[in-house]
Amino acid sequence: MAKQFIKGNDAIVKGALLAGCECYFGYPITPASEIAHAAAKYFPLLGRVFLQAESEIASIQMVYGASSAGRRVMTASSSPGISLKQEGISYCAGSELPCVIIDISRGGPGLGNIAPEQSDYFQIVKGGGHGAYKLLVLAPASAQEMCDLTMLAFDLAEKYRNPVCILADGYIGQMMEPVEFPEPLTGREYPDWAVLGNKETRQNLINSIYLDPIELENHILKLNGKYERMKKEEVRFEKYKTDDAEIICIGYGVVSRLLKSAIDECRNKGIKAGLLRPITLFPFPEKEIRNFAESCKSYFVSELSLGQMVEDVKLAVNGLKPVHFYGRTGGVVPSVTELYQQIEKIR
Amino acid sequence: MNIFLRKPKGFYDVYLRSPASDKTNTHYCPGCGHGIIHKLIAQAIEDFDIKDRTIMISPVGCSVFVYYYFDTGNVQVAHGRAPAVATGLKRANPDSIVISYQGDGDLAAIGGNNIMQAANRGENITVFFVNNAIYGMTGGQMAPTTMIGQKTMTSPYGRNIYNEGYPLKVVELLATFEATTYLERVSIMDAASINKARNAVRKAIQCQIDNKGFSLVEILSTCPSNWKMSPVEAKKWIKTDMITYFTPHVTKDKINERESHKVEKIRLNSEETKSKLDLPEKRDLVKIDMSSVKEKYKNPRIKIAGFGGQGVLILGNMLAIAGMEEGFNVTWLPSYGPEMRGGTANCHVRIDEKPIGAPSVAKADVLIAMNKPSLEKFEKEEYLESGALLIYNTTLIDIEPSRKDVDIIAIPATKMADDMGDLKVANMIIIGAYMEKTKLINEEALERALQTGVKRKNLMDLNKKAIKAGMDFVKNLK
Repeated sequence: MAKQFIKGNDAIVKGALLAGCECYFGYPITPASEIAHAAAKYFPLLGRVFLQAESEIASIQMVYGASSAGRRVMTASSSPGISLKQEGISYCAGSELPCVIIDISRGGPGLGNIAPEQSDYFQIVKGGGHGAYKLLVLAPASAQEMCDLTMLAFDLAEKYRNPVCILADGYIGQMMEPVEFPEPLTGREYPDWAVLGNKETRQNLINSIYLDPIELENHILKLNGKYERMKKEEVRFEKYKTDDAEIICIGYGVVSRLLKSAIDECRNKGIKAGLLRPITLFPFPEKEIRNFAESCKSYFVSELSLGQMVEDVKLAVNGLKPVHFYGRTGGVVPSVTELYQQIEKIR
Repeated sequence: MNIFLRKPKGFYDVYLRSPASDKTNTHYCPGCGHGIIHKLIAQAIEDFDIKDRTIMISPVGCSVFVYYYFDTGNVQVAHGRAPAVATGLKRANPDSIVISYQGDGDLAAIGGNNIMQAANRGENITVFFVNNAIYGMTGGQMAPTTMIGQKTMTSPYGRNIYNEGYPLKVVELLATFEATTYLERVSIMDAASINKARNAVRKAIQCQIDNKGFSLVEILSTCPSNWKMSPVEAKKWIKTDMITYFTPHVTKDKINERESHKVEKIRLNSEETKSKLDLPEKRDLVKIDMSSVKEKYKNPRIKIAGFGGQGVLILGNMLAIAGMEEGFNVTWLPSYGPEMRGGTANCHVRIDEKPIGAPSVAKADVLIAMNKPSLEKFEKEEYLESGALLIYNTTLIDIEPSRKDVDIIAIPATKMADDMGDLKVANMIIIGAYMEKTKLINEEALERALQTGVKRKNLMDLNKKAIKAGMDFVKNLK
């Protein structure tokens, strides 16, 4: 298919529909509202379900319901809305319900602002809701990836029976780029654990209660087994000019784009910098990051926050090499020159 | 062997999911109303022959283990959220019969908004609301339905209307919503009442089977353990106290008036899906003669700024789409963040032979200024490269650019647009000027951009005329 020039937020909706998403439940919030707008337009046209819920809390519970019924289902919001959904996300994880949750993150805490921030890393990657669960987290950096990773998210959610989150920032959501859409998925069958309202699935139960501590421990161990498997099988990342790099830059989402341009500037000035961009934030590409410790002089992490992912980088590097950090926050996006200057400082 | 007494087929024969050693009885306390209410539902499920279709929702509260007992599909949910989950289940699968079973804390307190909104949407679900005026599972705390003066663990001196307000009347509240179809309050205080409750349960489920919309039965029930009464005293207390405030009655019955409504699912094939999604057809790239593009006009980082309403965003959009049609990498970023303040709309466009890193343009190679504040701000050295191309709208900018180290096109775009009869095409005139000057975007590519990016097709001819006017203006400068 030919390329279409499209906003990242819109690419998510088209990707979801091509991946066979049958239901969308959401609540409007800036800067994620385009997703609801596009979903409201296209889901009914394709005979799928779109419903604006009364709240973020209700929308994630509607997701819980539709996922229980074996349907591919999604919701989308932005940071404060995600805080409200956390209870339901924990239930989805506990009941092993696959679903796709989009977070177009914005400035916080509290009402904050609507400008792009990456301060949701902790609440998305480290849990956020109660209990020991993990989301598989994908961080797109282009409109094409908004489509591709959303489609992948549905597959991974089903593969692991676990919620998958697309964590993007306002820039990636608002930016327009050419996207090549793949063919629609056809012939999907409902999973055998679903409660479909028929004889074959009458014995199925969707549940997260395990009264007996031993049973709950076993359940948690089972969940943990899935997370361990994700760590083995699902780590995704991109490398850019890392072959001879002395400074390994690490950033996700729009920051990775800015870092690429900053690295180009470094290279023009003879500074050997390269980029490792985590595409999965959980599982985190810790081995790949650590491996550079043998060849690089130092690491440089940049985020649209005062430092959240940098903690995972430091854990991965484990003191083998210095890890430098530069972040802007409150919705301020650093310029390429600013990042270049920071990298130059540590060379 | 003749069996005279057996469980309704809506129940499992043996409650294998229960961890208790006794797998034939429920976990409820002696004299608890849940057992009776469960049985009325299980009987209806058997009589209507719907157990394969039925999905029972287990709430949080004493009835959290509804799924131990009902031989149906089962989904256990978070506290208060059953109506939202039921909505998801039913919308996803309109053929299923979805029954939400909820207590007073679950439905009327923490889930108050969820039940109201599901009722107000007229969700085609059935809710059984067990009102026993107290929180059971957590150990006898006050419920929204706790009676005035009733002592609980959290109202040890009795419910005080000045502190906790009055008991919440759920069916009366939901009756005010236009979309609700069938609402009734019943009790289990004696055999006659249980008979009425049986009929209400059946009517509510039938309402859903017939796709008539939202039905809810509130059932006044007993909690001897937390009321600190014997089972007999408990039933008596419903009669002497509860029904004086919570009157049993058919609160609303619109079943005969409602039309049966069910959303029929459409299934589309791949081609139909793509067409509904407005996905583009495969097409060849527009050929462009790069030898006619001067080095300084290649791979531009463009900033376009003006007032809101001047078509600034569309201008950028057209250039980017045309660039894409010629096979370049392109990005378009609207003003976002602090820069958008101050009354200017702006966007950043990059058109590049190589993959694009930063989509934002801090220092531009091309500045298109549609109004005075935009020129004043963005012609500054920090925003505009030396040797850049500056196109500005002289109709609205009565000053000369201060920069002398850039190429300048001064074009009265707004006046030219006005002469053509529509101020809105000033942006197209600018596009024409940019095309003629740089040769980076050709007419074929721009026409494709107009086809896909401009909604008002009736303006196509005028837009093309405006672009030509912009090109001619630059040609005549030479």
